[in-house]
Amino acid sequence: MSVKKAAKKPPLHPMDALLRVDRLPHIWCPGCGIGSVFSTVMAAIQKSEEDLDQIAMVSGIGCTGRIAGYVKLDSYHTTHGRAIPFATGLKLAKPDTKILVVSGDGDLFAIGGNHIIHAARRNIDMTVICVNNFNYGMTGGQQAPSTPFGAKTTTTAEGSPEEPFNFSALAAACGAVYVARWTALHIRLLTNSITEAMNKRGFSFIEVLTPCPSSFGRRNRMRTGLDLLTFYHDRSVIMNDIDPKNASLNFENDLVVGRFVDIERPTFMDNYQAVKEHQIAPWPPPGRKTVEEAL
Amino acid sequence: MTLNQEKHILVTGFGGQGIIMAGDILGKAATIYDGKNATMTQNYGPEARGGACSSQVIISTGDILFPSVSEPQVLVCMSQEGYTKNIKSLRRGGTFIWDTDLVKTRKPDATWKTYHIPATRFAEELGNTMMANIVMLGFVAAVEGLVQIDALRKAVLESVPPNTKDNNAKAFDRGCEYGEAILKGRAKQEESRDQA
Amino acid sequence: MAGQAVMTGTYFMNGDHACCEGALAAGCRFFGGYPITPATEIAERMSRRLPECGGIYIQMEDELASIAAVLGASWGGVKAMTSTSGPGFSLMMENIGLGLCTETPCVICNVQRAGPSTGLPTLVAQGDMMQARWGSHGHYEVIALSPSSPQEMFDFTIQAFNLSEQYRLPVFVMADEVVGHMNERVIIPREEDIKIANRRKPSVSPAEFKPYQADPDGIAPMANCGDGYRIHVTGLTHDERGYPVMDDATQKQMTDRLIRKIKNNRHKIIQTENFYLDDAQIVVVAYGISARSARQAMHEARAKGISVGFIKLNTVWPFPEELIRSLAPRLKALIMPEINAGQMVLELERCAGGACPVELVSHFGGALIHPSSILDAITKVQKGKKKS
Repeated sequence: MSVKKAAKKPPLHPMDALLRVDRLPHIWCPGCGIGSVFSTVMAAIQKSEEDLDQIAMVSGIGCTGRIAGYVKLDSYHTTHGRAIPFATGLKLAKPDTKILVVSGDGDLFAIGGNHIIHAARRNIDMTVICVNNFNYGMTGGQQAPSTPFGAKTTTTAEGSPEEPFNFSALAAACGAVYVARWTALHIRLLTNSITEAMNKRGFSFIEVLTPCPSSFGRRNRMRTGLDLLTFYHDRSVIMNDIDPKNASLNFENDLVVGRFVDIERPTFMDNYQAVKEHQIAPWPPPGRKTVEEAL
Repeated sequence: MTLNQEKHILVTGFGGQGIIMAGDILGKAATIYDGKNATMTQNYGPEARGGACSSQVIISTGDILFPSVSEPQVLVCMSQEGYTKNIKSLRRGGTFIWDTDLVKTRKPDATWKTYHIPATRFAEELGNTMMANIVMLGFVAAVEGLVQIDALRKAVLESVPPNTKDNNAKAFDRGCEYGEAILKGRAKQEESRDQA
Repeated sequence: MAGQAVMTGTYFMNGDHACCEGALAAGCRFFGGYPITPATEIAERMSRRLPECGGIYIQMEDELASIAAVLGASWGGVKAMTSTSGPGFSLMMENIGLGLCTETPCVICNVQRAGPSTGLPTLVAQGDMMQARWGSHGHYEVIALSPSSPQEMFDFTIQAFNLSEQYRLPVFVMADEVVGHMNERVIIPREEDIKIANRRKPSVSPAEFKPYQADPDGIAPMANCGDGYRIHVTGLTHDERGYPVMDDATQKQMTDRLIRKIKNNRHKIIQTENFYLDDAQIVVVAYGISARSARQAMHEARAKGISVGFIKLNTVWPFPEELIRSLAPRLKALIMPEINAGQMVLELERCAGGACPVELVSHFGGALIHPSSILDAITKVQKGKKKS
């Protein structure tokens, strides 16, 4: 019944066309930044003027994974860690579809870590947006591969004894053609970045530092979303085009954000087609000596 | 007990010799070119090259149900290990065929028909030891008559890379001629024994 | 032949290759896989054949990714499959559950080898039969076929695709190392003689469409990605709209339908080949490669004057419960040979319901069951001897 009622109401919000309004309210906590990221994603989609039937969203499991359930696109909420391989199959089966993968840091880099590195290496044409809130929020705040050294979580009560990943550097090292990092505060820059990434042919990656007051902040003396946003605001510095290896998340000083990588590289499908048509040079390529000479 | 006239063949050697390919070609000849039924199963170890391997072929005029060969009527050995491991399984009255240079045999069972050919050496003379399996197939076709020689020759040419067809045809014919010569020689011996 | 999806003709071909040809003939145009003995030959042939038939082959980073990519491709509207063996099958289990829950058509060919764990990679077993039935968590129904020859690898792979499309679920082809690596005659018919089933498409507008509202036969039409329906698909318990609903009533509604869509259609799904059931006092029930041993044993027993019948299970899941229930009361015994420590025999026992003894002829894997072992079991039952 509620479905019909909702459908009859006039649009209340400029993004209603992209929202499953009959699914609201959403599950996210007060002060959570996922909603802001979601808004920027929708804004970027609207700005792109793409046919909405030709955009698909794929997510894994976790708070961020739920975005796929609220967006009015063909949207696939898969299993924990497997959004990227699912999206890979979808993209290759339907090459004209724009694919957005939106998921959390634990989903993409812990349980799904093997997939993101290979999708970047293959340069599968998709945009991956990683909401990094430094912990597993949905299950109550456990240590993640992003948890800063020394930060408290429910499984690292005395402080995390592990060094976290630098996701942006990892994605770049694996071959992503577009890499950027923003915070959930950088609404305009983030929206532009998502638009750029969507228009990029190949594997594009955007990391968004996002507040999780309920699970992460409150164990680390930042009890509200505002506390975390203030923290990000005070410490983040924009450094475009720097090597993401140097774009550290150094909580003592700078949280480096910006657009780090924007390069061109043939996509998986480009190369697949080239091989199929015998348009690639023989391997090994001629070096200083041919194979026969070297032998 | 088998329901139809089944011929059980075991081809043994080591990985890289084309043992499985030989079994495949034999089965293909029977199935596609000789109007019979055939199955080919294989045994191989984890090594890609050099490990013991065997292919088991059953050729029949009727349906083949159980596809394993445990007591072959024809045993082809292209390695010492293949010989040592399998010689005891050869049935009484069976046929034992081996590569002269690769297998040192002990005294065979008196009920067996025995034939040997330096298949690897012949293949080397023809330019490539990789064709030893094809020489052996030609030989087997001549001495054992499992399938029509023409059928087997067709199956060989269908199975090898196009640019090696001529050489493989030579290898097959070499094995075949050698086999026919041996048969003729033995027939003559018997004739002269009869006359004596 | 290059470029032809249906390679009409007669071949001496191994089972793994015949599986590929069946898949292509059924319309499969996506393969995501990971090499594993003894299923590797399927991936290898697909990597050559799919590009020439306008499809996509991708070697994924592991089996978790392989099955995920297959599900994604299926939602992209392309018939998709993967192949594997025990260790990879274990890794695929979670996303097989996603496929069952989201009702995603696809085919998984498991060329079984002996386990547990790495086991005997190059040697035969039938040890994953219960894993196929129950391997993913939760409750659901599955469809699994078990080929006993390269020809059946071809035929059953086509059927697996057809069943997966008709009933919207991942369908298993439970092969084994011997069938996969065995060469035998394979006849590929003319394209027009091959029956192909395709998924049911929505017949209503996007505004009216509910992605999980089933037709009276229990099957819901499927809107592919990009068809304009803009649906949500989730592995969470969902209602007819496809929306997550976290309560017991929705759980009942969804799970019940997943089970009933198979159970209620079981008479159309189950395929057995029955031999001499009319006069049989003893019936051997077998599947896959062991069906060949069983059939030979039956012939040999009948030649000795023993009234033996034989049921060859072409589909192993769903199990032909009614057939077994109706036969058991008039039999001296049911006998099942299988290359494991006794898996499908549990189902046979359950269905026999104590109405007749059920004997297992088993081998733990690494070799075939010799027909003589089955014949021995038949003879013992005939003489009234209890199995030791």
